[in-house]
Amino acid sequence: MMYTQSVDKDLTADAPDRAEVSLGKSFRRVNGLDIAIGGAALAVMTFIYFPMLVVVLYSFNPDTVNSFPMRGFSTKWYGTMLDNEPLLHSLRISLVIAVVATTLALVIGVLAALAMKKYEFRLKRFFERVILLPITLPGILTGVAMLSFFPLIGVRISLTAVAIGHTTFLICIVLTQVYARLKRLDPFLEEAAADLGATPVQAFFKVILPNIRTAIIGAALLSITLSLDEIPVTFFLIARDNTLPIEIYTMLRRGITPEVNAVSTLIFLISLLTLVLSVRFGERETKPI
Amino acid sequence: MKRLPASFWLLFAPLVLWMTAFLILPYVRVLTQSFYTVDDFGLLQPGFSLDSYSRFFSGPLYYGTLWKTFTLSATVTLCCLLLSIPLAYYIAFKATRNKTLLYTLIILPLWVSYIVRAYAWKIILGEEGVLNSLLMYVGLTDAPISVLLYSDVSVVICMVHIYTPFVLMPIYTAFEQIPKALVEASKDLGANRFTTFRKVVFPLSLPGIIAGATFAFVLSLGDFLAPILLGGPNTLFISNIFQNMFGTSNDKPLGSAIGIILLVIVLVVLEMSARAEKRFSSLESGR
Repeated sequence: MMYTQSVDKDLTADAPDRAEVSLGKSFRRVNGLDIAIGGAALAVMTFIYFPMLVVVLYSFNPDTVNSFPMRGFSTKWYGTMLDNEPLLHSLRISLVIAVVATTLALVIGVLAALAMKKYEFRLKRFFERVILLPITLPGILTGVAMLSFFPLIGVRISLTAVAIGHTTFLICIVLTQVYARLKRLDPFLEEAAADLGATPVQAFFKVILPNIRTAIIGAALLSITLSLDEIPVTFFLIARDNTLPIEIYTMLRRGITPEVNAVSTLIFLISLLTLVLSVRFGERETKPI
Repeated sequence: MKRLPASFWLLFAPLVLWMTAFLILPYVRVLTQSFYTVDDFGLLQPGFSLDSYSRFFSGPLYYGTLWKTFTLSATVTLCCLLLSIPLAYYIAFKATRNKTLLYTLIILPLWVSYIVRAYAWKIILGEEGVLNSLLMYVGLTDAPISVLLYSDVSVVICMVHIYTPFVLMPIYTAFEQIPKALVEASKDLGANRFTTFRKVVFPLSLPGIIAGATFAFVLSLGDFLAPILLGGPNTLFISNIFQNMFGTSNDKPLGSAIGIILLVIVLVVLEMSARAEKRFSSLESGR
């Protein structure tokens, strides 16, 4: 656009007039169709955000029934939530699983991404597509497949199985994100490090790692979020102790308990925080290294 | 093929071993299990029998549910597209300020818990819920509308809500990649905006639209939670039957057969969509 405009100015004498004409046109453009598109966009945005707003609003509802209008303002459900020992226990379990699975996924995923960046091998193209399958295949299939197979190799249906299940699809997240970043790195960085006498391990820690750090942090944040929220795989691998989303699920099946509003509001705020963090890291990514 | 050095395997072996043990072999197990049978005590009998598959295709409950899953997933996909295209179009072509903020707003729901969003619809659509009490408060209805929750409708609404961001993202990216000069050129040549959309914007963004539709369709096909949480007694997705076979019904061979059928369908859909995306990506091939 900028380019064509400057060409216009150089070649045609009546450039200023034209600019005015197009300005006038852009004012005239605000017509029925524009209003319709804008209205539709606003409606869709409302549809997307309305449910979350309702949950946040009704977490301060003093009543047990979520009816309109709300009668007053109360934080009592937050208190109820903090007294719900099974819920807090499930939160602790979820956090442990998220940290364990993310750590394992980071190690395996980053190593594999380095291998894929550094070496050419047959089936690499095929592999780049297949590695997305654990994320695209329905979680329920993966969950049942693991349920059917894990006991055969001595992995009991337990939190260990859940952690293994989470790690499996998180590896794909880490691998694809870190690999994408590695592909954009200057290929001569590592060579330069080697020329300067660094061993491959030194080159990784001193040259490669600082350059892919934000991609790793981004992948870790996404992994933790996904793990904290995962249901389909966890559903089949859980034994006695529930993770947080499964605990909420069981609470919902028993009927509506308003403290779920309070828990959901907190989860929503945490999601918001992680997104802001990951956008921050994403922005830094676009700057030249 | 030249041999790969030891350092490659040092880096790559953990991934290969992990995926083989915890992903590939489990799926192989489902495949072999689908050929087993169960005896009168509900115990697995190894063997090679196509019994489960023939039971699937002769039982109206099974193939009927599969068909119903198809139609409901298609409905969800269509609604997601209808919602996504105007919003993506607005952000890509109309919004001048706050574009980053708007984009962040449409990907934010992807980070918000599934269970929280499903729960939100439960309290909105319920008989004593927000929507019904609002309608009664304003005086539009006298008694609560009970069909809102625990029906196909509530399941479809919830899935559309959950999967719309997945559709929005690729469509928005596709719109953004269209050179603005092409749109201008179309207008300069006298096309009105509707014609421009139909002949320029839509064909060029078709790969993104296909990618989005595939996400919505595949995710709805495999969703078993929304039907449990919000569905009525007749809202049954194939994944619910699948899940039941490993729970109360305890028929693992039939369950595995359903799983394999679902897997094949998903893989076929993914492959078809990958081909269609390639075929319609005129933007790249034109260069």
